[in-house]
Amino acid sequence: MMTDQTTPEDFINERQGQYSHIKGWGMDFDPKNDPTFPIKKRNNEEHQGYAWQRPPLQEETVEILKSVERPNLTAVYGTDNPPKGLSGAIRRMAFNYSESSYGRWLPLVLADRINMLEGVAQDIAKGHLPNIAKELGLGAEWKYNKKSFISKSVVVGLVIGLVAYQFCSKKKK
Amino acid sequence: MLAMNYRGPYRVRADKNVPLPEILHPQDVIVRVLRSCICGSDLHLYHGLVPDTRIGSTFGHEFIGEVVEVGTAIENLQVGDRVMVPFNIACGKCAFCRQELYGNCHESNPEATAVGGIFGYSHTAGGYAGGQAEYVRVPYADVGPVVIPNWMDPDDAVLLTDVVPTGYQAAEMAGIQPGDTVVVFGAGPIGIMAAKCSWLFGAARVIIIDQVDYRLEFAERYAQCEAVNFRSIGDPVVFIKTITDSLGADVCIDAVGCEAAGNSINTLLGRYMMLQGGSTTALHWAINSVKKGGIVSIVGVYGPTNSLVPIGNVLNKGITIRANQASVKRLLPKLIQHVQDGVINPKELITHRVPLEEVGDAYHLFSSKLDNCIKTVLIPPLAST
Repeated sequence: MMTDQTTPEDFINERQGQYSHIKGWGMDFDPKNDPTFPIKKRNNEEHQGYAWQRPPLQEETVEILKSVERPNLTAVYGTDNPPKGLSGAIRRMAFNYSESSYGRWLPLVLADRINMLEGVAQDIAKGHLPNIAKELGLGAEWKYNKKSFISKSVVVGLVIGLVAYQFCSKKKK
Repeated sequence: MLAMNYRGPYRVRADKNVPLPEILHPQDVIVRVLRSCICGSDLHLYHGLVPDTRIGSTFGHEFIGEVVEVGTAIENLQVGDRVMVPFNIACGKCAFCRQELYGNCHESNPEATAVGGIFGYSHTAGGYAGGQAEYVRVPYADVGPVVIPNWMDPDDAVLLTDVVPTGYQAAEMAGIQPGDTVVVFGAGPIGIMAAKCSWLFGAARVIIIDQVDYRLEFAERYAQCEAVNFRSIGDPVVFIKTITDSLGADVCIDAVGCEAAGNSINTLLGRYMMLQGGSTTALHWAINSVKKGGIVSIVGVYGPTNSLVPIGNVLNKGITIRANQASVKRLLPKLIQHVQDGVINPKELITHRVPLEEVGDAYHLFSSKLDNCIKTVLIPPLAST
């Protein structure tokens, strides 16, 4: 894994501005005209750019997909579930686009759905048959909403029965 | 260890074989979880609405716990401390943290620049494991976590990690002036808390709007506000204009976010087709119900994609929109005092306590609003209190 080589000096904002020649510069400044109060404790440090002394950097041990809108990884991050498989490939592609692009987000939604199927396959490969009823929380539905549970069960049963009937009758023909 | 495990939309399970978290950074601690809530915004993950929510993820950004291991650079915490952990992961050093914008830290989420790191909230928020587990890794632990005072009930403490600060900041951002009429859209825990906190800023009238009667009844009692079911009033915008002498509310708060009901086009585009960052119905109503020159405060969570909002009306009415993730660390000292003084009583919001082993039932219960559920707390088996 590559380790981040950037330093705060790489991002110091050197556009300090030349405004001493502007007639009337700042004459209408009103410190009370601050819609960010009291949420933001204004100190104007952001005008210096991405130049703060960064915390120690977390060691890179897994693949982390980084937004193209920033130059480096953040100092800490989560390491669970790194990208892999087909969903991982789609996620890598999505991260080529900025956060303002559908090209970033819609492929991620697709990857999530593919990842769901990968999860079922992984479960089965590990010999674990998912208890779908428990995962869906149907126990709570039975406990607190019996009427709905029964009516939904009847509808699902009918649909499955119909599909099975159609399948069997086609096979006989 | 035991932890919640996301398997796809509407499917979660308690998994006994999740690896224990490890210290990965000198400023990490490992916390043994004592309480963990399911948040309304966890339901957006549960419903598959947040992009880059990976299978195997553990959710949970509202939790308290006991420190069991500390990193080499930790100075403020020690093993045995019981801490409330703000949902935002904040470094305390970046320009934004130094401006107390702890919800906007620039050193905690490599995957997206628009949002800081959040525990258990998809890789769009940094890919961190959440607190719906027996143990959790807490980065930058000298910055965010606060030791729980001896006098404080753990149920109050866990709600100070998100619900109370978010509700409070919704009212704070609204810039409420004495005499103002405040309309809160959404009677979930955050909306109820926003309504309750609106009084602290001097509101003269607080009206909460939702479609779930039991939640409205709870809000009316808990937040001592007016409660209205939008299914019974026709067009909510016309209704609000009517009850505010035709001018509109001074302040509207959107505490619903991306799963708002009430408009079929928004529901189709935002929730089912995911072509916008959720259903923006509550935000539409807020913008159109607020007075000219009024303020709309947004704490409801929306997805990152484009969203349809009546921006022309924002311009023409001269509306100020204010929004952010709550800056929990900034608000905690004041809110702890409010709890101690009895001004806010968070734990009354909790209606259900569910063992972590039954996390699938807990999510379904909360998502489907069964058994008059307002707020669900998950209790891990190792929690001794």
